[in-house]
Amino acid sequence: MDLSRVKSSVEEAARKRWLLPALLLSVFALSLVIHQFELLDPYVQLIAMYIGINIILTLSLNLINGYMGEFSVGHAGFMAIGAYIASFLTVKVIPAPLIVWLFPLAIAAGGLGAAVIGLVVAFPSFKTRGDYLAIVTLAFAMIVKSGIENIDTLGGPRGFLGMERLATLPWVCFWVILSLWIIRNLIYSRFGRGVLAIREDEIAGELMGIDTRQVKILAFTVSSFFAGIAGGLYAHLLQFINPRAFDIIKSTDILIMVYLGGIGSIAGSLLGATVYTLLLEMLRPLGIWRMVLIPLLLVMLMLFRPKGMLGLREAPWLIPIRDRLASRMWRAKKGAT
Amino acid sequence: MTYVFQQLLNALQVGSIYALIALGYTMVYGILTMINFAHGDLFMVGAFLCFFTASFFQLPFVPVLLLSMSGAALLGVLIERYAYRPLRQAPRVSAIITALGVGLFLENFTLALNPYPKQVPQLLDNANWVFFGLSISSLQIFIIISSLLLMFTLDLIVRRTLVGIAMRAISWDKAVVPLMGVPVDLIISLTFAIGTSLGGAAGVMYSLAYPVIDPYMGIMVGWKAFISAVVGGIGNIRGAMIGGYILGLVEIMVVAFFPSTYRDFVAFALLLVLLIFRPHGILGKPHPQKV
Amino acid sequence: MAVLQAHQVTHHFNGVTAVDDFNLTLEPQELVGIIGPNGAGKTTIFNLITGVYRATGGTITFADAGIVGKTPSQITALGIARTFQNIRLFKELSVLDNVRVAHYARARYGPLAALLHREGFRREEETIIGHSLDLLAFLKLDSYADELAKNLPYGLQRRLEIARALATQPKLLLLDEPAAGMNPQEVAQLMEFIQWIRNEFHLTILLIEHQMHLVMNICERLLVLDFGATIAEGKPREIQNNPRVREVYLGGEAQT
Repeated sequence: MDLSRVKSSVEEAARKRWLLPALLLSVFALSLVIHQFELLDPYVQLIAMYIGINIILTLSLNLINGYMGEFSVGHAGFMAIGAYIASFLTVKVIPAPLIVWLFPLAIAAGGLGAAVIGLVVAFPSFKTRGDYLAIVTLAFAMIVKSGIENIDTLGGPRGFLGMERLATLPWVCFWVILSLWIIRNLIYSRFGRGVLAIREDEIAGELMGIDTRQVKILAFTVSSFFAGIAGGLYAHLLQFINPRAFDIIKSTDILIMVYLGGIGSIAGSLLGATVYTLLLEMLRPLGIWRMVLIPLLLVMLMLFRPKGMLGLREAPWLIPIRDRLASRMWRAKKGAT
Repeated sequence: MTYVFQQLLNALQVGSIYALIALGYTMVYGILTMINFAHGDLFMVGAFLCFFTASFFQLPFVPVLLLSMSGAALLGVLIERYAYRPLRQAPRVSAIITALGVGLFLENFTLALNPYPKQVPQLLDNANWVFFGLSISSLQIFIIISSLLLMFTLDLIVRRTLVGIAMRAISWDKAVVPLMGVPVDLIISLTFAIGTSLGGAAGVMYSLAYPVIDPYMGIMVGWKAFISAVVGGIGNIRGAMIGGYILGLVEIMVVAFFPSTYRDFVAFALLLVLLIFRPHGILGKPHPQKV
Repeated sequence: MAVLQAHQVTHHFNGVTAVDDFNLTLEPQELVGIIGPNGAGKTTIFNLITGVYRATGGTITFADAGIVGKTPSQITALGIARTFQNIRLFKELSVLDNVRVAHYARARYGPLAALLHREGFRREEETIIGHSLDLLAFLKLDSYADELAKNLPYGLQRRLEIARALATQPKLLLLDEPAAGMNPQEVAQLMEFIQWIRNEFHLTILLIEHQMHLVMNICERLLVLDFGATIAEGKPREIQNNPRVREVYLGGEAQT
């Protein structure tokens, strides 16, 4: 192999490195333009924002269930924490003129609060797996829900309202991009490989030097952080939240999106969230029969395509060049010397 | 003092219902190592079947009970055959998600057919006796005793009959049992049938005590029953019974001394604590992993 | 200075004594074998050394540190690696990724750098990839780098498991029945291979095997276990002629 071929393949790789960031930035710019000049029907924007929020939720749960192979069933609990913290801040704490400027901080605070609880949930996951972890996570979600119902300042079972419509298309877009970027970075790092090893064979992973506790703590914290973010955005879109909005049905929705789109796949999460949100909207005329059809679809999915539409496969443009072309670039280097 | 005994009686009633449902969870887990998350909804189906047979056909109690139990059993067998059996070799997660889906389907399907809560007509006369200051309702006693009878019958079946032995054998070593000429699929179907019929019976008992029923009633009750099964040691039949009564006791005691909104909170907190410190429950055995 | 020292190690399980008064000293670059009937406790000893089980009695010292009570990942970070009786590769991951995973403990960047894909992270990842592929090339597996581990033929899977263990940069390598399922030709290749990696990587190797041909020819020393107890220790020749060993394990009249 001669030097010029090596050079051109390295150049090609370097150029492609800018593909993903450019794509993400243009999507964000687009959202700004649409919002500023009201280029889309408000209803369409609303749906787009719901899709965005669902993407964040799906990505965050996919990290735990899809990539790590654990079984977290109470994800709505983290969403609830983020929703309530962010709402409480914008409604009761931040002075009115500042809420637009401090909105991202309120959302981030919701995420952090959820992350702290996620950290706590990580600990039972050290010893339990599968069905048992499912119950633990669900119990946590129930405890969160029951806990909120017992706190009067948060409105208890009646709910909490008063939030301004601070969630806009650009803001949702921003958080979607951030969650996508961070979760992708995590996956393509030694921690992400640790996550995969836990799924494949946890004990073998431990014996290959993976500190599974550290990995689980990181995964649960990042996952619940973004679920909290999604909750905060949700609260400032709907402008009203109550504990029932974050019950087992919500958690099941997120599960459906993960398994529909595909486990262990970012593109799968994007797809699953989009398809599911759109499906729910399109089936709205069916009324209650919508909620009869959806679980049936889920069962069909599990029977015929359990890994999901894009299960375990990733869109090439999401994979870092370094990982995608690792062996090719190494061979090119070897051939050149 | 009488207050305590009064609450104990309530606890026994609630506990009986939890125990009946818990048995269904534990039997299926014992034989398939799978948590049938749809089981709580079969309890709900039992209650609704009770409603239909009682109000539309105006049947007396015993036929209502038998029909509801059989209906639930049939449904359970169908679910196993068409939703769970194809996934026996699939990763556990698929089966669990499917169970969740089946449950949701049952809930919403029932809701679609019954948009408003239903009131089950009174099937049994309720006499109230006063005994040393304790107010006892005949309904309570009936529920407790008939539940215990059902559980006792189950225990007999599992311990004494060939079917029961086959069930236990399958729970210990699924691979070998077919080689002994045991029709595994049939036994599994029977296990589901028995487990869900008990859940259906619980639905009937529940509607005797709390006649207003709605399609989502199975969710919380299902989870409580599931907690009971885990408390007693999932997979262990005696454990499920004990667990049911323990949870009933805990619940009633919480409600007696704390605001009732804490009831579910405590139940789940108990579950959490248990899972962290003794995941195999009271009568279960820890499973060491072979490396 | 000894690499590993196990002193009066015992382990109880559910009322059964799986390992009873096990003693072993490993000098640098020794190649030692453990043999014995099935259920004698051999893999249990591996599990005790690597921290999967916590010994109920006795001490194990590695690199001057007591390791009983440490987690498996801590022990691996100290320099002990192993393979498994039944291959335990990361099946859905590629050959390359299987080896990359094992660099977890040696990688020099923290979570924050990883989440942001900072410069230090990127350089370290390049190094890890290079090191992994060099290792694979060394073991003649590099052409399979992008293949899924589950698609590899059995013999290559065994080799990959060893490559993965080597990626943790161990000083001590534990091989659990490396020759299982191999025909005599493959066993001969394996024998050369084991000695070669011992020399190339300056490893101390402890192995469990049932294939006597391999054990007698490459092990410098043998321990024989039966029902958890060590019934003999010494050079292969001595073990072969030991009457108690023959009675318990080789079955009376021993064939070489």
